Amino acid sequence: METLLQQIVNGLVVGSMYALIALGYTMVYGILGLINFAHGDVLMVGALVALEAIRLLQIHAPELGLVPTLLAGLSISVVVCMILGYTIERTAYRRLRNAPRLAPLITAIGVSFLLQTIAMIIWGRNYHSFPQLLSTAPLEAIPGVFITPVQITILVVSATLMVALVVLVNKTRLGRAMRATAENHKVASLMGVDTNKIIAATFIIGSALAAVAGVMFSSNYGTAHYAMGFLPGLKAFTAAVLGGIGNLGGAMLGGLVLGLVESIGGGYIEDLSFGFFNSSYQDIFAFIILGVVLIFRPTGLLGERVADRA
Amino acid sequence: MNQLALAIPWLGKRNPAAARWVVILLAVGAPLIAVLFGKSWVRILDFAMLYVMLAIGLNLVVGFAGLLDLGYIAFYAVGAYTFAFLASPHFELHLPFWLVLPLGAVFAALAGIILGLPTLRLRGDYLAIVTLGFGEIVRIFMNNLNHPINITNGPQGINMIDPLVLFGWDISKPLKVGDEITINSLFLYYYVFLACVVLSVILVQRLQVSRVGRAWAAIRDDELAAKAIGINTRNMKLLAFSLGATFGGVAGGLFAAFQGFVSPESFSLMESIAVLTMIVFGGMGNLAGVIVGALALTALPEVLRHVAVPLQQAVFGHVLLDPEVLRMLLLSLAMIFMMLLRPSGLIPAYSRYSRPELVVGKEAGR
Repeated sequence: METLLQQIVNGLVVGSMYALIALGYTMVYGILGLINFAHGDVLMVGALVALEAIRLLQIHAPELGLVPTLLAGLSISVVVCMILGYTIERTAYRRLRNAPRLAPLITAIGVSFLLQTIAMIIWGRNYHSFPQLLSTAPLEAIPGVFITPVQITILVVSATLMVALVVLVNKTRLGRAMRATAENHKVASLMGVDTNKIIAATFIIGSALAAVAGVMFSSNYGTAHYAMGFLPGLKAFTAAVLGGIGNLGGAMLGGLVLGLVESIGGGYIEDLSFGFFNSSYQDIFAFIILGVVLIFRPTGLLGERVADRA
Repeated sequence: MNQLALAIPWLGKRNPAAARWVVILLAVGAPLIAVLFGKSWVRILDFAMLYVMLAIGLNLVVGFAGLLDLGYIAFYAVGAYTFAFLASPHFELHLPFWLVLPLGAVFAALAGIILGLPTLRLRGDYLAIVTLGFGEIVRIFMNNLNHPINITNGPQGINMIDPLVLFGWDISKPLKVGDEITINSLFLYYYVFLACVVLSVILVQRLQVSRVGRAWAAIRDDELAAKAIGINTRNMKLLAFSLGATFGGVAGGLFAAFQGFVSPESFSLMESIAVLTMIVFGGMGNLAGVIVGALALTALPEVLRHVAVPLQQAVFGHVLLDPEVLRMLLLSLAMIFMMLLRPSGLIPAYSRYSRPELVVGKEAGR
């Protein structure tokens, strides 16, 4: 029983990070109909920039406390990723907006690998240990179930960000413009929405979320390296599809469900398969879910219509 | 072949017959030229031939039928591992090449159908992601199926794979002609691979203008319309997947025999992307373009390796960008800039059955 509870806690933590990344995918897909393949790599850049910033701060401003250092590193990486997101949209995707649908996808793959290569040039191929500024000493919440302060922070921060995003999209002028653009570009621009600006804003917001998620990932696992964005990116995409792509609530739900399935499945797969499979097969769950959802319910859990999209 | 000849600048249009001879001479004489720069270049040529086969196979799926497959390297892996299982000391099996290679092709085709069946309804970008997931699943299995029963030997891979033996003649040993001349096995492999490439080209060229090829083109340009005029889109798509996979499987088997060693590392996502880039770079849907793309993108990184590394040493005093990084940089930039500046590739497809657009349905809901 404790194991199950523990897996649920772990699943929720990982799931909330997936949800945060999935929001970036789903927003871009909702507006452009493009799978932003490079999104996972923006996360990687976020983590590595934060790592670098924190290292520098620790050398040059050691009197700064742990939490301010982390916050400063986080803010720097968020800003860098926002600029990066804008640059990617501006240079790689904007020109292809009216191209056939596979063209921007191939470009996106190219951008993804370009970012990885550049990160590899700057930071090398090694795993870097991420400075642990928050305590990772496990607390025993319920007897037998442990949660670390880092994990608690992840849960709180991602919940806050998601609420903020929902408010932004549903209550503000920018959010209304975003929804209008997602509904129909041409009509939105006829109604006075500067769609180019809105699309850029979407990329910027998504990249900021990815940066935060990147720092969370690195804090949780204690490492960062140039290819770390690939799997979380792919899984977050699965989460977005699972929830219903283009749907914010769906992305959050999908992220949590995926996190739980992965964590619980990974915990029990060895017993269920009589020791044939072990937890190194954990990553397969995301792909299987992706396949099954796309085949049997392409609209996802909360999606309404993707009709000829899928 | 004719397309390739036509693609030669200047000569191609003026004197197609001469151009054709130039292509043939180049294909046959390539290793003789390459060896002037060192034996390693012949080896690179051998690999280039394997990549050409892969590119031809993937082009069948992506360029002809319009199904973007990002897990293509999985079929290469299936072919290679089949060869490794059936012709190496790993399972103490040493079946003859004539049996193993077709088996690899069959298994790869089956894998293609397994991938194709559930993804029939998916289009465009969703298909891309699912195929990518498929590639990763295959890799995860290759990496982890070494326990509790050792099947794939995990990340260490399988080595001591049997070389190619044609009619009792071992290709991996130098061939002695007379007393003085010996022909290195790298050359022999080149000509075997070249023969396979030529066969594939003929096959695919016939296929492209056949009923099947036209059906694929129709599906690529507008699936709904294709269905409406009576094309069995399900079977045609499955055929594209399995035929494309067959090429991958054969190339994989040849790779295993040539290399003598397979490990999951050779079948990473990067390789799938590399093959895709070759197609995009050369010209999707055009056989000549695909071949040129594969050759160019196999050779360029190697040229860079030989030029850039000493150059960096001279300028910076140490190697700033190692060759593997350069290769990735080159491939990703090629992909982005080709799509932005010349989306139909180096040698755009021009014939009736292979128009340059990457159309997957007209502008959907925009």
